[in-house]
Amino acid sequence: MATLEIRDLHVSVDAENGPREILKGVDLVVKQGETHAIMGPNGSGKSTLAYSLAGHPKYTITSGEVLLDGEDVLAMSVDERARAGVFLAMQYPVEVPGVSVSNFLRTSATAIRGEAPKLRTWVKEVKEAMADLQMDPAFAERNVNEGFSGGEKKRHEILQMELLKPKIAILDETDSGLDVDALRIVSEGVNRVRETGEVGTLLITHYTRILRYIKPDFVHVFAGGKIVASGGPELADQLEENGYEQYVKGGAAE
Amino acid sequence: MADVTTTPGGATTSGSIQVAGVPGEFSAQPGDARTEVLASYDVNDFPVPHGREENWRFTPLHRLKGLHDGTAEATSDAVKVDVTAPEGVLVTTVGRDDARVGAAGKPVDRVAAQAFSSIDKAGLVSIPKDTQLTEPIRITVHGQGGVRYGHQVIEVGAFAEAVVVIEHTGDAVVAANVEYLIGDGAKLTVVSVQDWEDTAVHVAQHTALVGRDATFKSVVVTFGGDVVRLHPRVIYGGTGGEAELYGLYFADAGQHLEHRLFVDHDTPHCRSNVAYKGALQGQDAHAVWIGDVLIRAEAEGTDTYELNRNLLLTDGARVDSVPNLEIETGEIVGAGHASATGRFDDEQLFYLQSRGIPADEARRLVVRGFFAELVQQIGLPELQDRLIEKIDAELEASVGAGVA
Repeated sequence: MATLEIRDLHVSVDAENGPREILKGVDLVVKQGETHAIMGPNGSGKSTLAYSLAGHPKYTITSGEVLLDGEDVLAMSVDERARAGVFLAMQYPVEVPGVSVSNFLRTSATAIRGEAPKLRTWVKEVKEAMADLQMDPAFAERNVNEGFSGGEKKRHEILQMELLKPKIAILDETDSGLDVDALRIVSEGVNRVRETGEVGTLLITHYTRILRYIKPDFVHVFAGGKIVASGGPELADQLEENGYEQYVKGGAAE
Repeated sequence: MADVTTTPGGATTSGSIQVAGVPGEFSAQPGDARTEVLASYDVNDFPVPHGREENWRFTPLHRLKGLHDGTAEATSDAVKVDVTAPEGVLVTTVGRDDARVGAAGKPVDRVAAQAFSSIDKAGLVSIPKDTQLTEPIRITVHGQGGVRYGHQVIEVGAFAEAVVVIEHTGDAVVAANVEYLIGDGAKLTVVSVQDWEDTAVHVAQHTALVGRDATFKSVVVTFGGDVVRLHPRVIYGGTGGEAELYGLYFADAGQHLEHRLFVDHDTPHCRSNVAYKGALQGQDAHAVWIGDVLIRAEAEGTDTYELNRNLLLTDGARVDSVPNLEIETGEIVGAGHASATGRFDDEQLFYLQSRGIPADEARRLVVRGFFAELVQQIGLPELQDRLIEKIDAELEASVGAGVA
């Protein structure tokens, strides 16, 4: 059973006046089949955690470790992490001009699966996954994220999650910028992958709204660069009611 | 930082059309320099350029090895030229006094005039009228070091159809003009590949005279050379002519690749379509694209579009893209232009890598995708495969050299 272990993770970024520490000792274990919601105010370091796990070069790991089934994730390149089973659905997916969605998906699936998917079954697989997410088939011929609306970008991210079947999926504010219909469709996509029981999900969000559709097993409050409280789904209800104030008092959140 | 200059109007322009005769600011525009541009067969009619002139301002004159100032003297055997043609095609040389030499138009800059003034003879490839060639005519120009002035005329008789592939390889300093004389109803496709070694200098004017109802398709592919400056020009000899001008270039560190196009719509009911795409990588890789289209008052029913796209793969590369569309009549079918320059940046690389795609493959994916549409448009299957191979090889070389 795949397990992601984050141990005392410290991360900094280069700022104008030298490096600035953003993550200040994150500890978390995510197992296959589990869904962890990470909730926190803006600027608490939630996205930094997501991008650090995926290996974005902007972030420097100053100490701590991240292990996937005992393997040192931090020693892997970005693409190696993806092939090891880490998937990041981004808050702001990047436009890639000149590369069609269909070409991108196939290249990616080939890299992740270690061999090119058989064309006939692949086409069917993509078609069905797109239909499930209520995406127009013409979408496949557009360039990656180019001119996509906010909702289209998020559906495209979840489409990739469905096709790439990661062991650990990190969803970074996937709910932001979505209307209720799009939120439901995207959430259903995430739930289809979760129902396989083969993915550990790290759901990063500012709002509790998405938790109506995706039920977490654990909820963690993130503030000031680390997890300050953990509990079950009831913690999300408390946050809904009381907000983050009690966690950010005294300048704990930056 | 990558440096992007697109004129007019910032990094992306699209569809800006000026129509003369419209009341207001457009009618007050000064006459265009291109209609009064100096044109002559005699090099002495052109002053030596100093780099401030409009048509030389992007070109590194000091790297032209004297082609522009009269100091480059022709040497023997600077290039080896071979022509392979199917039966029925006339391949010969003619004196410079032959009526066909210079028939498509006069040289319009000093280097082209220098080439014209320096030749005694010109190469001639002549396809008789009504001939349909099933095999391409191949012209190979291989540089062996030294300086070469040359002139090539390709004449296609009425209703003939031909494909000509011209390949430039090796090392030389070359100023050469090529003329395409395309008879009424004829179809000519020309592929000119510049695959020089890194030290070569190549400056050339390609002038096509497109006959009545004739079709001219030009594919210019520039990968190699220290400085390559090509000047494809199209002039129509009769109504109903069509010109498709495609270009693909890939500039590496230090290379200067310049394509200056001019389509002169001086005849009614002619069409032109220009699409040039280039990728750049490495320090001081420089591409220049000038797309001039002039629709003269008499050219009613003109339909024209021109497009330039550039992809900067690394920092340190520079593009100057200048589309110009000048319209002297409103009685046209369509006219437009677009220019855009984009970057392949670290965020794109991260995104693709985060989907398991290794860095070098990610770069290849983007560049192939960028060129794919154009390569398909060209519609020559044999060339398509070679182009993709060549593009991959360029990318390999850069990965090997640590640029990427």
